Amino acid sequence: MTDRRDDVDAGRRQFVGWGVAMAGATLAPGVMLFDLAHGRAPEAPAPRGVRWGMLVDATRCAPDCNACIVACAKEHGLPDGKRSTDAQWIRKVELKDLRSGRALGAPVMCQHCAKPPCVDVCPTGASFKRADGIVLVDRHTCIGCRYCMLACPYQARSFVHEPVVNPQPDVPRGKGCVESCTLCVHRIDRDRAPACVEACAAAGHRALVFGDLNDPGSEIAKRVASYATAPLRPGLGLDPGVRYHGI
Amino acid sequence: MPPVAANPQSESRRYWGLVALAALLALAGYAAAHHMDVNGHAVTGMDNRVVWGLPHVFAILMIVAASGVLNVASIGSVFGQAEYKARAPLAGLLCIALLAGGLFVLMLDLGRPERMVVAATHYNFTSVFAWNVFIYTGMFAVAAAYLWTLMERRMSRWSGPLGVAALVWRFVLTTGTGAIFAFLVARPAYGSALLPPLFIVLSFAWGLAVFLVAQAAAYAWCGRALPEAIHARMRRLLGVFVAAALYFSLVHHLVNAYFAQQQAFERFLLVDGGLYPLLYWGAFVAAGSVAPLALLWRRGAPSAASTLAAALLVLLGAFAWLYVFVIGGQAYPQPIFPGFDARSSFGDGAIARYAPRWPELVLGIGGVALAALVTLVGARAFAFVPEDPATTPAPAARGAGAD
Amino acid sequence: MRRATALARAALLIAAGAAVVLASGIEARVPRPAHDTPKGERCVENTEFMRRNHMKLLVHQRDRTVREGVRTKAHSLANCVDCHAGATTRSVIARGPDGSEGFCAGCHAYVGVTLDCFECHAATPRAAATAAAEERP
Repeated sequence: MTDRRDDVDAGRRQFVGWGVAMAGATLAPGVMLFDLAHGRAPEAPAPRGVRWGMLVDATRCAPDCNACIVACAKEHGLPDGKRSTDAQWIRKVELKDLRSGRALGAPVMCQHCAKPPCVDVCPTGASFKRADGIVLVDRHTCIGCRYCMLACPYQARSFVHEPVVNPQPDVPRGKGCVESCTLCVHRIDRDRAPACVEACAAAGHRALVFGDLNDPGSEIAKRVASYATAPLRPGLGLDPGVRYHGI
Repeated sequence: MPPVAANPQSESRRYWGLVALAALLALAGYAAAHHMDVNGHAVTGMDNRVVWGLPHVFAILMIVAASGVLNVASIGSVFGQAEYKARAPLAGLLCIALLAGGLFVLMLDLGRPERMVVAATHYNFTSVFAWNVFIYTGMFAVAAAYLWTLMERRMSRWSGPLGVAALVWRFVLTTGTGAIFAFLVARPAYGSALLPPLFIVLSFAWGLAVFLVAQAAAYAWCGRALPEAIHARMRRLLGVFVAAALYFSLVHHLVNAYFAQQQAFERFLLVDGGLYPLLYWGAFVAAGSVAPLALLWRRGAPSAASTLAAALLVLLGAFAWLYVFVIGGQAYPQPIFPGFDARSSFGDGAIARYAPRWPELVLGIGGVALAALVTLVGARAFAFVPEDPATTPAPAARGAGAD
Repeated sequence: MRRATALARAALLIAAGAAVVLASGIEARVPRPAHDTPKGERCVENTEFMRRNHMKLLVHQRDRTVREGVRTKAHSLANCVDCHAGATTRSVIARGPDGSEGFCAGCHAYVGVTLDCFECHAATPRAAATAAAEERP
């Protein structure tokens, strides 16, 4: 009985997924910013062959725009990030070349490393990497030791310093645990792109491209193959899933 | 413990007064942790940039000293020095007490302290933290078993092997503690293979300093004087350890300062970082190393007061060294965009400011108080105060195992 | 339970009193929690099974969802909340103005079992939470 209902759900979800895909395509004419052809059924686990990634094009990141940060905070019910104890899953770093003075900016979030130091150091295994490359915290087993925050080379993690009121139904979060960008895993599992990517496209900048790095036909893989992109702190050899262009 | 005080009643009152004070402070530490647990760590000075603060300085100091204090026992059991052998029980007790105090602080500072059972049932064996769960609990077991062989005559033939086990285990423990930082590739302050050996050398000095303070207190309590020869040997040993610790720390910074990519960080920590250079040079190098060395190595008859002062200064220096290492190491921003001036709402490119607040301070002091409490209770329940051949005429029965 | 209104308490006592005749006297001493959950068609499993096993289903589903990304609805906590939230409170833990207990909190208090799901998870249905989020400036 429940199975059949799930099947109906799956069908509907796929339909909705395609709808969103079309909307995305319309939003950014001529450029598919995310690939939603994966159409996974709800009962199927995250696939092993996929490597979700993000391309940040710093040349397109507009100076006064923070649409991605606003969208992330809304999606996940995060505080406004005014205090140093507030969680910030994505932040905009304003950069100035020390030699030339060239100014640019780019968002930084969890880089979803293939060899994540946070996962290595976590004593309970709460920090883990999903089969499709997304690095997450299982907050059912996180004890709040913050060792992962010390280990992360991108300052990407936040500790929840206060009790959380009214969490979003899809984004449970609570005091005493560490958290970071989930790449909007709850959306990816429903064939939707991360909130920041949608917001960037809606703001007309298209500085963020999301997709499967392992699929040569995907927009992100094509771009990575056609112009210079690099991860942050490449010398550490962590093979991040987030890559940058124009820095 | 042989009570020698003139008036047993007032001696007893003083003892229970001390026990009550330590218990009260430990309880205050627990209450502070409860306050942090209910309201979240926002009530502390820690934030998303400085994620480990004062509690970790206290905890690491106690855990490193716990491993170092066992050296006193090892010198007796493993290397056969009779004067140190007489001190093995007190050293074992201090090891257990300091470990308990350190873990008390570390566990109560967790974001979810009620989930200790998760830490005990879910292990990620690539994590040095997970290894340390076994190493720390194992240290309790080894130290307790070792104490048993020292105090129970029928078990005394095992005190040799267990002394070796305790020696090996304490090296493993300090290695595990140093490796917590050695394994961190992210930050210029950490990620060095020198850190575990550096921590071991630091543990020698800090552990012996704690032992000398406790021994001085025990002797003063009993109204006895430490035999001159033993006193002189322990002073010299502390001097060697303090010099070695200073040397290792200076070499660590020298090598870092040689690397162009590390120079900005070393400059911050040792030159223009405000509080951190002050603590490193003033509190660790001058007050915590050079001054004790001057006290310990000066000519003339050693005075008990100068030894105690030197030991206390070493512990002050230890606290300062850890404050610089743990908090200074986090305060400096990570080099995510080398060659760029970086600014963000999350503190990129900026020095993080850390101002400890009362809950974390009270929790740290609570841990020290718990260590004191365990020592006080243990020392009264068993005969832990060293009895030396010079003061007690019949020493032969004590610790016959390791010759 | 202390704060339950007299009316609800009386009703519960009567109901519990009837139970005394059938079962042991123990239940009479602790009033059973009342909740105002709208009656749906049926739960994902039968009631007796859910009473005893909902926690096992939830833990199983939790690991499948978090670790593997499986997001079937039937045994997900959000799905429980969607149906079992109180009619007026729109919550599974909040107490209603009529003294009714939240579906989850009331029963957990009754059996004396800690309920910590909602320290992190939303206790309100998706639709209500989304509406609240929209209202926020």
